[in-house]
Amino acid sequence: MSTTIAKTLDLKGLACPLPIARTAQGIRELRSGELIEALATDPGSVPDFAAWCRATGTELVEQNEDGGVYRFLIRKK
Amino acid sequence: MMETHVEAEKAAEHVPHQKLVIFAWSGDLDKVWPTLILATSGAAMGMQTTVFFTFWGLFPLVKDEVRITGENWMQRLLSTMDRPGLEHLKLGRMNFAGAGPAMMRKLAKEHHVASPTELIDLAKDLGVKLVPCQMTMDLLGLSREDMIDGLEEPTGATTALLEAQDAVTLFV
Repeated sequence: MSTTIAKTLDLKGLACPLPIARTAQGIRELRSGELIEALATDPGSVPDFAAWCRATGTELVEQNEDGGVYRFLIRKK
Repeated sequence: MMETHVEAEKAAEHVPHQKLVIFAWSGDLDKVWPTLILATSGAAMGMQTTVFFTFWGLFPLVKDEVRITGENWMQRLLSTMDRPGLEHLKLGRMNFAGAGPAMMRKLAKEHHVASPTELIDLAKDLGVKLVPCQMTMDLLGLSREDMIDGLEEPTGATTALLEAQDAVTLFV
């Protein structure tokens, strides 16, 4: 299992559905097991990332918030 | 028996729905917009997503630079009264002769909400199938040349309903 972040997506300022859609696009080129980090400011992205991970069977490894920026660390299935 | 049930439940929990079919009937900006938001979100979460465009829903698929569509005067008059193209859509309410949509687009830009044109491109990239209704194309006198690239072959209601049989369906 990789612990280094393969890719970071800056999704700050974007509104629904872009944070999720850009993540779905960005995760394509990753290999299974690799980590992707998504940074968003849309508060709606918190439940949406949880729902997206649940729907796609993707693991949400870590989630935190710092100064209005939500950080999601996701492992590609 | 019990085990199968539990396994099925587990599977259902993992992938709640595999398919999404949206019947896009309206050509109003405030209906086309959420349709595209739902379609792109569905595709992003791995749902096999199809949008079937019918009746007024077809005009948003006409290229923005095409001003008048139709082969006879009635069809031409329709496109004159209701300018086709994603960039020319009207609001279903509070249109105020175009002031409403202009304000809505300005607000959307300020709030970094993707425009319908951006969402259509995103939808294509995410593999959303955009299917025009053949019958309405004939009714409105729309040709494939009038319409944007990247659409599926036009089909009928039966094909659309077959696709919808095991899908979450929405009529917008």
